[in-house]
Amino acid sequence: MSTTDSRIRDLALAVTFAGFIAVLGLVPAFSPFGFPVPITVQSLGIMITGAVLGARRGAAAVLVFLFLVALGLPLLSGGRGGLGVFAGPSVGYLIGFPIAAFVIGGLIYRRGSPFHTGYGLLAMILGGIVVLYAIGVPATAWRAGISLRAALAGSALFLVGDLAKAVVATIVAGAVHRAYPGLLPQPRPAADHVHDTATH
Amino acid sequence: MSALAVYVHRDSVVHRLPAGAKLLLLVAAAVATLRLSRPWHVALALAIVALLHLAARIPWRTAVAQVRPLVWFLGALAAFQAVVAGWEKAVVVVGGMLALVQLAALVSLTTPTTAIVDVVVRCARPLRRLGVDPERLGLLVALGIRSVAVVIELARDVRQAQLARGAASSPLAFIVPLVVRSLRHADRLADALVARGVDD
Repeated sequence: MSTTDSRIRDLALAVTFAGFIAVLGLVPAFSPFGFPVPITVQSLGIMITGAVLGARRGAAAVLVFLFLVALGLPLLSGGRGGLGVFAGPSVGYLIGFPIAAFVIGGLIYRRGSPFHTGYGLLAMILGGIVVLYAIGVPATAWRAGISLRAALAGSALFLVGDLAKAVVATIVAGAVHRAYPGLLPQPRPAADHVHDTATH
Repeated sequence: MSALAVYVHRDSVVHRLPAGAKLLLLVAAAVATLRLSRPWHVALALAIVALLHLAARIPWRTAVAQVRPLVWFLGALAAFQAVVAGWEKAVVVVGGMLALVQLAALVSLTTPTTAIVDVVVRCARPLRRLGVDPERLGLLVALGIRSVAVVIELARDVRQAQLARGAASSPLAFIVPLVVRSLRHADRLADALVARGVDD
């Protein structure tokens, strides 16, 4: 496959998974205790996209998705869309989405094939929770004019749901990589191992 | 395209204003809201935004629907700020956010998706020197919007296959085949794009 062809394939994967993230947002959202960021499965789509497509393609898919939202398509969970969502309190999470997908995809592709469940879960938690919250929480604090501590306390309500999503995303990613092999790079065999197989 | 977007077609001064000018004014307004510090500033900002909605002849139901997802958050934030920092701070923070979100939504309500894409393409022209093709953005948006419809269709297929087999409707049994079908669709899309000579 030539470089141009693989670039076209990357583009096709990015736009298709922008659609996938949007479709997961169609699952109805619920806002426990009437808190800022409603619990949705859309962030599940972000995690799965990163883990399946890798850092660059995963982040590109999320950026295409956010671009469609900014253009006014109501694709964000709860049928939200347009420029208004980028002025609201959850703007930090929107900015964090492509970065989260990038971190998750980067970590999982770095280890390569086969997909390791424990490592995958760690990548999901690091990218989808630690990195995402590190951007989302200060942004909420800034937009709402509240202290970091208060914003953190508010977001702690979502931690259980996000941990559950990280587990589901890990199981899905593992099953997808088994059902559709060839996405994850094969790890380079260690030098002595190569020598071993050559001499025997 | 516009049937899916939040755009509402009317013949008004606000609609006729060039998309680039509206986006520029929105950025200026976002910067200006950071300077709001007294309740009467916020009252003035809200009054201006309301007048703009009147001028754009946007039905009030449509306008209210744009900020409805934020109602609970803004209510909780207003109560929190009123207790912690006093009612003036509550009015400034909550009113300021409301005004900016409503104004950003107004830009989306009065500007067709294609007009915003044109502005983005125009702004991205200097990126040509870095090897980015701005015209490609239009293709990206068209493919992204198409992908949403495609993945909705794929989701329906997966659901029907599940029902036909009498499989239990677990989320995992739904998402894994949906991701795999999305990957296969991206492969077909890539082949179609290469066949049509998109890789110039």
